[in-house]
Amino acid sequence: MRLKGFIHIKGVFGLVFGLLFLFHSPTFAQTDTASATADTEQVATTDSSAVDSATATEASSDNATAEVSATSAPESANATAVAAEEDPGIPAQVYVNFFYYVLLFVLVCFIVTILGQVLSVYELTQGLKRRQAANNWHSHQAWFFLVGLIVFLYGVYWSYANHGAQSFREAATEHGAKIDTMFIITTIITTIVLILTHIALFGFAFKYRGSDKRKAYYYPHNNALEKIWTITPAVVLTILVLFGFFTWRGITNIPEEQQKEALQIEITAEQFAWNIRYGGRDNTVGKRNFKLTTPVNGLGIDFTDKSALDDIRAGDIVLPVGKPVHFTIHSKDVLHSFYIPEFRVQINAVPGMPTFFYIVPKYTTEEMREKVNDPDYNFILLCAKICGSGHYNMQKKVIVVTDAEYKEWLSQQTYYFDDTMQKEFKEQSQSKQANLVIDGNKMVSNN
Amino acid sequence: MATTTTLPAADYNHNDHHDHGHKETFITKYVFTQDHKMIAKQFLITGIIMAFIALFLSILFRLQLAWPEKDFPILEVFLGKWAEGGRIKPEFFLALVTIHGTIMVFFVLTAGLSGTFSNLLIPLQLGARDMAAPFMNMLSYWFFFVACVIMLASFFVESGPASAGWTIYPPLSALPTAISGSGTGMTLWLISIAIFIASQVMGGINYISTILNMRAKGMSLWRMPLTIWSLLFTAILGLLSFPVLVSAVVLLFFDRSMGTSFYLSDIIVQGQILAHEGGSPILFEHLFWFLGHPEVYIVILPSFGIVSEVISINSRKPIFGYHAMVYSLLGISVLSFLVWGHHMFVTGMSPFLGGVFMITTLIIAVPSAVKVFNYLATIWRGNIRFTPAMVFAIGMVSFFISGGITGLFVGNAAIDIQVHDTYFIVAHFHLVMGSAAIFGMLAGVYHWYPKMFGRMMDNRLGYLHFWITFIGAYFVFIPMHFMGIDGVPRRYYAFTSFEFMEKWLSVNVFITWSAIIAGLAQVAFAWNFFHSMKHGKLATQNPWGANTLEWTTPIEHIHGNWPGELPTVHRWPYDYSKPGHSEDFIPQTVPYSETMSSNLPHDFEGNPEAERIQREWEAQQLVVDEEGK
Repeated sequence: MRLKGFIHIKGVFGLVFGLLFLFHSPTFAQTDTASATADTEQVATTDSSAVDSATATEASSDNATAEVSATSAPESANATAVAAEEDPGIPAQVYVNFFYYVLLFVLVCFIVTILGQVLSVYELTQGLKRRQAANNWHSHQAWFFLVGLIVFLYGVYWSYANHGAQSFREAATEHGAKIDTMFIITTIITTIVLILTHIALFGFAFKYRGSDKRKAYYYPHNNALEKIWTITPAVVLTILVLFGFFTWRGITNIPEEQQKEALQIEITAEQFAWNIRYGGRDNTVGKRNFKLTTPVNGLGIDFTDKSALDDIRAGDIVLPVGKPVHFTIHSKDVLHSFYIPEFRVQINAVPGMPTFFYIVPKYTTEEMREKVNDPDYNFILLCAKICGSGHYNMQKKVIVVTDAEYKEWLSQQTYYFDDTMQKEFKEQSQSKQANLVIDGNKMVSNN
Repeated sequence: MATTTTLPAADYNHNDHHDHGHKETFITKYVFTQDHKMIAKQFLITGIIMAFIALFLSILFRLQLAWPEKDFPILEVFLGKWAEGGRIKPEFFLALVTIHGTIMVFFVLTAGLSGTFSNLLIPLQLGARDMAAPFMNMLSYWFFFVACVIMLASFFVESGPASAGWTIYPPLSALPTAISGSGTGMTLWLISIAIFIASQVMGGINYISTILNMRAKGMSLWRMPLTIWSLLFTAILGLLSFPVLVSAVVLLFFDRSMGTSFYLSDIIVQGQILAHEGGSPILFEHLFWFLGHPEVYIVILPSFGIVSEVISINSRKPIFGYHAMVYSLLGISVLSFLVWGHHMFVTGMSPFLGGVFMITTLIIAVPSAVKVFNYLATIWRGNIRFTPAMVFAIGMVSFFISGGITGLFVGNAAIDIQVHDTYFIVAHFHLVMGSAAIFGMLAGVYHWYPKMFGRMMDNRLGYLHFWITFIGAYFVFIPMHFMGIDGVPRRYYAFTSFEFMEKWLSVNVFITWSAIIAGLAQVAFAWNFFHSMKHGKLATQNPWGANTLEWTTPIEHIHGNWPGELPTVHRWPYDYSKPGHSEDFIPQTVPYSETMSSNLPHDFEGNPEAERIQREWEAQQLVVDEEGK
């Protein structure tokens, strides 16, 4: 059995050398033509040393197969070269580099195989019987799990301290603070569970590693224990659920009066941009109908609705600090998601169905910059729902300012109902009247 | 059972309908086979191949994420126009993400996992000659195969494969003008999935009817191994939920091809006003997740079953709380139909409904927690043998814990606002249903390989495979949690457009290297798997010292599984290390009359006659003992 295995290893050797020659030859052919980048050189050097070591190994093992495959190598090498020439777009060096990587991997596999053989030989020379050898391997695994436990615990600490510190920022809205509290409570509970269960899992794996001298403890069930660990998570979860439920209702279930009093801003998503419309003097965004959309009236605003006339077009989302804001979210084409991480705001933009989010910003951009100690820091609106090729770059700046700054900014913005829009609106209403007449005639003739 | 203390009834004649005279050709034996063991292998090997393809796709998009500004000219060689100049295009990136997800969820973790082990284990562990409907079983595999081929074929269409995410939310998936992958590629996706569902339904009906009708004598439901319980619930979940996906897919097909408006309304795409009115994408989301959520349990339940079995056997201990394990499987299965809305907290669904779904969602954590605690109690004071299957099972439990606890974040509607559709969710589900399920599957492969191929896999390669994959998976997914908390959305082609994401660029390089190394470690598995088929050590009949029936069949596969009559079952499958017995396992086929020294009062389930015999025997033993003194 063992001998058979060894012969097979020879076959692998042969294959490896065959491949080595196969991929090595074209490099000589192309060193003068191909543009050798720094990258390539690096690979080449690594690999030539690899080839050397492999050749050395070959010398020690007399191998007929290797020579056989080596003779056939030049032909195949030519074939590769021809294939490369047929496609002028990709330089041949690319193939060579790729094959070097493949080769590197084959070499790694090769080393693993050798190590495996060395271990087998070691086990044989130690006079271990198969069963003993297997037991050895089993106890190694138990030790690995113990080491794994230590690494795991340290890894948890390291992740929290490093990645955790750079990812968690205080929420910049009032409801966001409630979400943060929930988040922190949940993090504490789950971290405790994570650590305790892993200590148990890896610890038991180590402590109760198998031995021929011992028999496991026959312990099929214990109803009391099972009740405890059904009820404990149930109680903890009930607390989390209730807390979460009321937080969620507090965020989403805003009384209508309160919603109406808030600053009205309409956001319309499209591939791959955000359109912003403020309610204007009357704090009401005008009605719209997607059928009215034209290149000029991109949002399909219905200007027969008086409240649409003073709607304001804005380049960025600018919000006064401490004032409630009511966002109405639309989409013109596919699903998008209105997501401002620091605000703890996310709601999908759904074509044909407006969605809402009510927030009260807590900090101005300036204050937040001081908090995170970064003078260039900005709140940012992202798209969080896959929406097409530009999904990864669908952004809008969100700026929170004091009330006075906000008023000043607002006074500089333009209306949606500007000159071009007015002109188009007039033309449309004229043609509509004409259409109505035609329609009326049709009705008559149909009757 | 009245017969538990008597000798096995010998007059149980199975209706042996197999014609021993007919000759098997290559086609009937390996291709259009109706033998459940061969079909299981077909499912497994197809699943493994699909897993490698999906893994390769993931490495491709990880390359893009790690080095967004670097060219990889070699990519142009085999991706052609999708990676012109060696850089993957944004649309193709989305296609890679989509097809990776689809293949992994449906073809690997659904068909590859439950298809393999349902086919292999249901007849073998229950003591049946074959499935209830072998022909349908064969069809189930070939439908699955055709679905795989169609899905892969979509890489070769002009407009590219489907690229709207594996959840294919309309309108993106309905409008070829919004993304090119929604053209022919999406049509192929829909056809492939429709065929796949047909395969699942045929398989599911078969599994359920086999489990309920074809158990060996004495194999009552409460004597079934946990693998069978989990496969039963999996099949029921699949049978109830997959048809809903058909309806979702068919309606989407109508919207795409026939101008209906089930999901579409008020759409202007590329300046063109579409005629659709009155539909709602939310409807699609409801239909999709009504399957989609049970689907994640379809993926994880078989792993639960396999891991229960593997942990119990290799700890040489009965699984702790067998009944609790079954009831928690039942609880998870029932609840899994009531929680789909937690995927939709921020989609614009009624916020009140969101609150309700949040409650049901967090309840499902209770049976999951019970399962974890029971695993821990099983290995406690065990006599653990670290076979490769066992280390993978321990890895599965670890992944399930780490991924499961983050479920408390995303299942909580309030916190979900922050982490929905970010890398946090990517990390969550890759650990809890991706890595955990695949580790369950690998544990199963290592464990039942001797049963499938009559040879052993190499242990040391198995350990190598385990440690690299285990560490690699944690290295890949743990940092993603923090990206998500920071607010990095998923399915982003590059992190270069936002200033705040720049700090994650180096982390992305680390993740990609981990993924590449873990991916290459799978070669160790592939080599081990395929090489051991011919060159592995020959297996003994019961290499792991297991109790279940499959290890009483001969090593050489025969059509009909058992030569002669079918085995009779006398006990539950977890009598490991029973005190008073000479060996540390007692197979299910051993009657209590042969193990008088180790019988316990509760073994007789209140049968007074059997208890009387046992008491008499014990009294007699006492006398013998005293005389001995």
